[in-house]
Amino acid sequence: MPLITKDLIAQHNLTGDEYNKIVDILGREPNITELGMFSVMWSEHCSYKSSRVHLKKLPTTGPRVVQGPGENAGAVDIDDGLCVVFKMESHNHPSFIEPYQGAATGVGGILRDIFTMGARPIALLDSLRFGELHSPKNRHIMKGVVSGIAGYGNCMGVPTVGGEIVFNDIYALNPLVNVFCLGIAKKDKIFRGTAAGVGNPVIYFGSKTGRDGIHGATMASDSFDDTSEQKRPTVQVGDPFTEKLLLEACLELMERDLLVGIQDMGAAGLTSSSCEMASRAGNGIELDLTVVPRREPGMTPYEIMLSESQERMLMVAKAGKEDECIAVCRKWDLDVAVVGKVTADGILRVMDQGMVVAEIPAKALADDGPRYERPYQPPAYQDMLTNLNYDLIPDIKDGNGALLALLESPTIASKRWVYEQYDHMVRTNTMVRPGSDSAVVRIKGTNKAVAMTVDCNSRYCLLNPYEGARLAVAEAARNLVCSGAAPIGLTDCLNFGNPERSDIMWQFVMAIEGMKDACERFQVPIVSGNVSFYNETNGLSIYPTPMLGMVGLIEDVGWTMTQWFKSEGDDIILLGTTREDLGGSEYLKVVQAREQGSPPYLNLDVEKALQDCVLSLIRGGLLQSAHDCSDGGVAVALAESCISGSGWTRGAVVTLTKGRLRDDAVLFGESQSRVVISVKPSQRQAVLDHARSFGVPADVIGMVSGDRLVISVRHEGAEECLIDQPVSELLDRWAYAFERSLNHV
Amino acid sequence: MNIGVVVFPGSNCDHDCAHVVKDVLGHDVTMVWHKEASLAGLDAIILPGGFSYGDYLRTGAIARFSPVMQAVKQFAGDGGLVFGICNGFQILLEAGLLLGAMLRNRSLHFVCKDVYVRIENAATPFTCVLKPGQILRIPIAHADGSYYTDPVTLAGLQANAQVTFRYCTADGKAVPEANPNGSLDNIAGICNAEGNVLGMMPHPERCVEALLGREDGRAIFQSMIMSLERKKLAAAR
Repeated sequence: MPLITKDLIAQHNLTGDEYNKIVDILGREPNITELGMFSVMWSEHCSYKSSRVHLKKLPTTGPRVVQGPGENAGAVDIDDGLCVVFKMESHNHPSFIEPYQGAATGVGGILRDIFTMGARPIALLDSLRFGELHSPKNRHIMKGVVSGIAGYGNCMGVPTVGGEIVFNDIYALNPLVNVFCLGIAKKDKIFRGTAAGVGNPVIYFGSKTGRDGIHGATMASDSFDDTSEQKRPTVQVGDPFTEKLLLEACLELMERDLLVGIQDMGAAGLTSSSCEMASRAGNGIELDLTVVPRREPGMTPYEIMLSESQERMLMVAKAGKEDECIAVCRKWDLDVAVVGKVTADGILRVMDQGMVVAEIPAKALADDGPRYERPYQPPAYQDMLTNLNYDLIPDIKDGNGALLALLESPTIASKRWVYEQYDHMVRTNTMVRPGSDSAVVRIKGTNKAVAMTVDCNSRYCLLNPYEGARLAVAEAARNLVCSGAAPIGLTDCLNFGNPERSDIMWQFVMAIEGMKDACERFQVPIVSGNVSFYNETNGLSIYPTPMLGMVGLIEDVGWTMTQWFKSEGDDIILLGTTREDLGGSEYLKVVQAREQGSPPYLNLDVEKALQDCVLSLIRGGLLQSAHDCSDGGVAVALAESCISGSGWTRGAVVTLTKGRLRDDAVLFGESQSRVVISVKPSQRQAVLDHARSFGVPADVIGMVSGDRLVISVRHEGAEECLIDQPVSELLDRWAYAFERSLNHV
Repeated sequence: MNIGVVVFPGSNCDHDCAHVVKDVLGHDVTMVWHKEASLAGLDAIILPGGFSYGDYLRTGAIARFSPVMQAVKQFAGDGGLVFGICNGFQILLEAGLLLGAMLRNRSLHFVCKDVYVRIENAATPFTCVLKPGQILRIPIAHADGSYYTDPVTLAGLQANAQVTFRYCTADGKAVPEANPNGSLDNIAGICNAEGNVLGMMPHPERCVEALLGREDGRAIFQSMIMSLERKKLAAAR
């Protein structure tokens, strides 16, 4: 047996202090298997050692919360005896090393988190970040990730109904792949990962265990350098067909009252699933590796315990129900074996060929890992980022050119090329397909639907992490509201650089504070989440990206709203106030090549009033369309409302009030708390009165009309036309820019 | 009516088909596990979409060996209605119940979007409430949907009016621009010589409710039900 040397400890990414703590817990030196088990469970990825003290600040409770953070996924009540179960997770590191498998297994992992809870997955969304498409390497990563998501999700028969993609070279060496999944479960049939009941059998089922993915969790807890691509063997390989069988087998097992607890083998595989289930129940587990189904002979206990082979599950069955469990697994052609039992001594004891190969207190391994209060302070460069002298930036001369450039920028352009590769309709629930403010799926057997969105403007978060996080919460909620949904819950996926750096830790702490304040104001609880640190290569860190997945409830499917203009002659109304909010805007990046300034101003009370107003207007049947103003400001929002309908376009003639603002701020500034709505002329007065009663400014800015988008600016009685384009041209640029940038470089 | 929906390992449109038959059209549905050897008591069989056996090999190539396929062949041979959608179509081709084969899409990508199809033969049991030349807008979702066969077989299909659906433009032109996957002769669906076995790549079960956008697919299921009712009526006489 190898001697535990300092090198070996360092290779396992453990510090000297952490190793000493292990020795204290065991009362002896660990053997190599135990060292491996501690290293994965105490990795940043599994233990949240740098983030946990801050995550505690987030609001996680509310009247609808059925399950908050700490389980495989969160669950929120939607009445009728049902709840939605959802979570978002990152698979960033593996997706850079091996884009197809990295993304595919990311989808596989989040799906297991959902169906482990007893929920049938009904929707996937993805939030992706890549370097700009002019680089072949970035295109390769993007195409691989999209294919991987498609390959896994399509085969599983879970529709990928929405998402967002942002391109920025800061993500070239650290792409982000964040996958959100939502499932539906009966409220009284939620399953949890608990090893209750001493003597109950512990059953392994799913795929066989192989040598893939060993140390995946540790790899995901480290920064990258030039040799990162050599880490390919730490990336797992996905098998969606087996996962589909696993899904059906799990749901059938759960129907039949056979289980006490169940957990998937994700990061840290058999180690995490066994010790976490034991720890939650205050029990121990005894495992016999001899009977673990395996892909190849000669695997050591170390390899079996650390393997991250996909599509595997561990269940604790009711005593005497082993045979029934095994029969269900066999029906679905899955490997299955009783690999152990629940014990009373609180020890995770691992046997192989009759010998004890590891013996660790389960709670110490699962929950007593190190906790760090890492130092944090704003970086010296922060002021340079936010100080921007607008007098040095000339106001816009060519409004048409700027609008077309924005519509063509891959971040704003239609992602049709991507989402047509995803099956977004299977399960026949998709009411609003990809391409609107949020995705909407109906809940069969009810008159309800759920809306989902994933959002984060990481440039805002770079410029001001506190404001950026608040803005992300506000935009997510606004997107849901524009679809007719009331926000009911949130999951987060917090992507940051190296937490051992005080500037990165400052970004993290500020972002948590911002999320907390906004979530409390909107009364949206955070029920699940994931932290991904060390998104950094050769010392260069990504922009702070606290990705949010928000879920809203549409209590009557008739309230579902979409963003595109419907009928010729409808009035167009802008709700909210336009300010000089150019800082951090897509316009500054695309047209002026600057990623600077302060992010837009946000007042949470104003935002809440706007959202309440829009929801009330939709429920009153007063609106034809509603679209949130975000990237590219009101001009892009208007253009999208003209061209994003399925199979038709509409023109619009609009006049905006300039006031004391610059023209570019009026057109492309990203002032918050604004929504473009269209209404039938007969409803116009009612809508204006309604807005006034909510204290929300409302201006009739134009009319849905013709086949051109014409935007003028009014200043002291005079009108100047800044944008005049045929809608067909806007559509062509927006709809095909993505393919062109892939094919013509 | 009692319609059987076959569940292969990896089928994933089985629930969607059952939903249409049961919840939308109000008929009975029986989920048929792929290891079943008998289809007794069923009026028609649907082979649903999905990725049977993961489709890691050629699509449908393993599913055709499932025990239920012997029963399906018998059922079809006795004149029963067998309807394959997407992966179900691919399985019918592999099983030899329909002629031809599927190639990878021309784009090499999976593609999920609405397409237009033209009714080429309104005399089949699956199209009898439609009119020849009528245009439906139905979603597709597949990676291997480029229909192919040899020239002699193609000529036979054409001569026997077995080409049931062709991809077309919104105004009904079966031109190359309207072909989403590279299928020979814009073929979206074919039937056997007797007309009682139909395979199509588009998913009519995905467009039967106005809530989800369109109801164009409903007519195909209604045709199937009406044909079964006529048959029962005729048998009763």
